[in-house]
Amino acid sequence: MTKNLRVKSSKLVDETYRISFKFNGTTYYGFKGDTLASALLANNIHLVGRSFKYHRPRGIMTAGSEEPNAIVQLHNGTSRTEPNVRATEIEIYEGLVASSQNCWPSVKFDIGGINNFLSPLLPAGFYYKTFMWPASFWEKYEYFIRKSAGLGKSPEVPDPDIYEHKYIHCDVLIIGAGISGIIAAKTAAKNGFKTLLVEEKSYLGGSTIYQDSEFFKINNQSTASWLEKEINEIKKIENLEIKTRTSVAAFHGYNFLLARENLIDHLPLEQRENKTRQKLLKIRAKKVITATGSIERPLIFDNNDRPGILLSSAVKKYADLFGVACGEKNILFTNNDSAYETAISLIQKGIKVQAIIDNREEVDSKLIKETEKNNIKIYKGYTIVDTFGYKRINSVSIMKLSQDGQKVIGSKENISCDSLGISGGWTPAVHLFTQSGGKLKFRNDDQVFIPNTYPSNQISIGSCNGDFTLDEILMNALKLLKEFLNIKKTEYENIELYSAFNKSKRNIWLLPSNKIVGKTKSFVDFQNDATAKDIKLALREGFRSIEHVKRYTTTGMGTDQGKLGNMHALGIISETASSKMGELGTTTFRPPYTPLTFGTIVGRNVGKYFDIIRKTPIHEWHVKNKAEFENVGQWKRAWYYPQNGENMHQAVQRESKAARDSAGILDASTLGKIDIQGTDASEFLNRVYTNAWSKLEIGKCRYGLMLNEDGMVYDDGVTTRLDENHYIMTTTTGGAATVLNKMEDYLQTEWPELDVYLTSVTDHYATISICGPNSKKIIQKVIPEIDLSDKDFPHMSFKNSKIGKMKCRVMRISFTGEQSYEINIQANYAKSVWENCMEAGKEFNITPYGTETMHLLRAEKGFIIVGQDTDATMTPIDLQMDWIVSKKKFDFIGKRSLYRSDTIREDRKQLVGLITDNPKEILEEGAQIVADINKTPIEMLGHVTSSYFSPNLNKSIALGVIKGGKNMMGQKLIIPMEKKLINVTVTDPVFLDKENKRLNA
Amino acid sequence: MFLINCPFCGEREQSEFKAGGEAHIVRPKQPTELSDDQWAEYLFMRKNIKGIQFERWNHIHGCRKWFNMVRDTSNDEIKAVYKMGEKPPVK
Ligand SMILES: [Zn+2]
Repeated sequence: MTKNLRVKSSKLVDETYRISFKFNGTTYYGFKGDTLASALLANNIHLVGRSFKYHRPRGIMTAGSEEPNAIVQLHNGTSRTEPNVRATEIEIYEGLVASSQNCWPSVKFDIGGINNFLSPLLPAGFYYKTFMWPASFWEKYEYFIRKSAGLGKSPEVPDPDIYEHKYIHCDVLIIGAGISGIIAAKTAAKNGFKTLLVEEKSYLGGSTIYQDSEFFKINNQSTASWLEKEINEIKKIENLEIKTRTSVAAFHGYNFLLARENLIDHLPLEQRENKTRQKLLKIRAKKVITATGSIERPLIFDNNDRPGILLSSAVKKYADLFGVACGEKNILFTNNDSAYETAISLIQKGIKVQAIIDNREEVDSKLIKETEKNNIKIYKGYTIVDTFGYKRINSVSIMKLSQDGQKVIGSKENISCDSLGISGGWTPAVHLFTQSGGKLKFRNDDQVFIPNTYPSNQISIGSCNGDFTLDEILMNALKLLKEFLNIKKTEYENIELYSAFNKSKRNIWLLPSNKIVGKTKSFVDFQNDATAKDIKLALREGFRSIEHVKRYTTTGMGTDQGKLGNMHALGIISETASSKMGELGTTTFRPPYTPLTFGTIVGRNVGKYFDIIRKTPIHEWHVKNKAEFENVGQWKRAWYYPQNGENMHQAVQRESKAARDSAGILDASTLGKIDIQGTDASEFLNRVYTNAWSKLEIGKCRYGLMLNEDGMVYDDGVTTRLDENHYIMTTTTGGAATVLNKMEDYLQTEWPELDVYLTSVTDHYATISICGPNSKKIIQKVIPEIDLSDKDFPHMSFKNSKIGKMKCRVMRISFTGEQSYEINIQANYAKSVWENCMEAGKEFNITPYGTETMHLLRAEKGFIIVGQDTDATMTPIDLQMDWIVSKKKFDFIGKRSLYRSDTIREDRKQLVGLITDNPKEILEEGAQIVADINKTPIEMLGHVTSSYFSPNLNKSIALGVIKGGKNMMGQKLIIPMEKKLINVTVTDPVFLDKENKRLNA
Repeated sequence: MFLINCPFCGEREQSEFKAGGEAHIVRPKQPTELSDDQWAEYLFMRKNIKGIQFERWNHIHGCRKWFNMVRDTSNDEIKAVYKMGEKPPVK
């Protein structure tokens, strides 16, 4: 049944530009300017989806971002498919392919529709009640829920589109380009403010731009033509930037707002290539003017959700703006004058209005009189009690309302129709205002929440401020603007207004029916299928807080955040619980106002731009020599260098053997380096490290351990005294930034009297470490002028030297237990020095090794890695490093905590070595360690922190932490794995060269 | 997101700053003389007030200076910022 419901020419669509699109497999046509919703309606299609819980057929309800039902899946290839797109917002383009979601196998025959007949079994809180028991059934339930209640499908391949982030700073931001927004923008910009006007739709002017009748006039012109001239004028103002298709998602404190600017979604697919799809605008505005308008309220009555039932304002908008009739036999149902505006528009367009049902008994309104002139039957004091038609409304039943509006009286009357427009008055769109921290007040006269107190430099104007009629809007907006912008007058001082609108309204939150509430389906939240009955049930079950009722009934918890029905939910609660509306408060509106795609949120920070990548100056050499890399913080570090198809284990075995047998070379440039200067530098080190520093001679190096104030190991590294008042500290790769911050913190806040200056020089120097019995010979070749004799240059000392003309620092320090030298050189010379070392070391089979081998070598020696063998619960005593904790020093960071009752416990987890009974068995890092596997529950004594096969010892070695491990030397323990038990013996953590012979060899 | 008036640089975005917990907790001069309870009081106990709160902030991606802030946690209003060592300008 395809019909063309396109009527006379419209405001927005270009009827000379035809566009074809596909919906649920069928090709249809629309015009440029159409939304998917308007184009479907023009083809007489209302049924677009199924509801979430009961799978009831649902149609297009609105013409904007508040749409609860008409959400579709867009298919632009597998990578660009997008779920939950509102048909009322997406503009059609050539090649658009859309389908219904939340229905299976098809929208017309939906298996889940059976839920509708089972609905007595699906009351409020049914998720909580039903699926709680028996717990083991949950998996089964979940399968069926996911299958039948899915809200669309997400793409399974990466998003190919480009997204950007942009900061905008402006004097005045105006949200919404309706009549209030336009006036505000012009006033602000003309008074010299740098102004930004954003509008979520593709056009400016809001609903006034199609208000083209003799009943609404400004300066004796129709409001539409007056506003059009204003719009043409503001487009020429230089300090006013206008962004359409831009919706504000979040309004944070201090006038910081996030908006999404949609740039290409309306273009034909072939015009989108290489263009940015969406921009996330990060706006910081000195002043914000919210002019977001209002959202029409539905009316709550039995079966108010059938396809063909729309908001009355949407029916008007589709006719005026898109030239589309929502039906051929329209009924309007209202409690206020708005529906008559719709009626007049429909009459103008030659669209038949069957009848108007008005809750109000007696009203005197020019709009009503005009409607009556056109022989339209108006049922005053009536209400709809039921509707009919499964996939499209075909008739309504009406009855007379009692005097108090609580009951229906008299007999039922049926009227046939194919479309029903409903109007329950208007709700100010205060979502963004409340997000910003604004507080609302309740206005009893017309039962609306309006802005009360503003948390930042902002105002709300127009209907989002509760001003609904033309004269209210203009008068109040101008007054507020003058005050807010601190200006004496605007150019609208002598404006002449005419509005035929009568403000009277008969507000009944839940319309009475001839049936009992339990037998009705009066939907309050259309997307989440929450009915008036559900809310009443929640109250009967004892829920009182609006936030609890919301969660129990899921009212307002859909992607539309209940923009249509939240007020009715509140109203029904207040009536049922006899509490005052203003005292109930509202639920919290959270960002985003309308959903954002992940692409917009992450912008350009995808793939390799996800995080900063730091590379050492020698990185290219590692790449050329086929290193595998591992991420250490943001650094890329060479992990191992596989040769001839080696796997990691084989490469590491070869590298570690070479390092101990002859020479190994490591790029240690990532270690944090902090330059410390000042007359109090030594005292400062005394306070931040656990050991003593005052007596360290110039030219000597010392290992230091840093604690948190709670006594737990925080970082470690070697610090060298370069001069009387000059040190260079090294930190772990990952700890560089936090160590610097922590030390700065103490210097600035606790010890401002100390004369100490800290500078990060991590990136300024590269560090090349050469270890092994032949390291001395290689260094000598690279730096011929240096005296490397053990007497002149012993272990833990430092020398300034030169490689050619390049100054360098050489430290004799070791993290492997081998004799070892580190060359620190200005970063931009590092690669050539590294290549010199490789050349010089050729005759000694110098072997580059990566972090994995470094870890193995240090584990053989029992050196810890902070963050691997420690977590934030290990003291130096737990690590069996008592020797590094000064007993003499008066104080250092963490000292007092080392003898708290908890830190002196004997049964704390302590670092030990572990040797497997089977020397070939390699333990898994993280594996649990137990003593008795027959005890239940099994007592976990600790876990393995580091584990390797040592080629130098030809056996498996491991480090672990065990409760009371210090006193368990020689004890047998068990490591239970999935399929076996591994027997281990507790040992000293130093496996190799306890006497440090190799260091000085 | 706040706009924070760094006492050294002026108004900057919150993203340039790092919060550092409660202000005006002085590190004891002689920790060794404190009982476990007294030390724990310094080490662990922090206020979490709805209302006026004194906080440490660090302009970490700017001048790197630490300073203090008085903030109303109920509405995020920043009442004052002042340098380390200075007395709070509001109660
Ligand atoms: Zn600063």
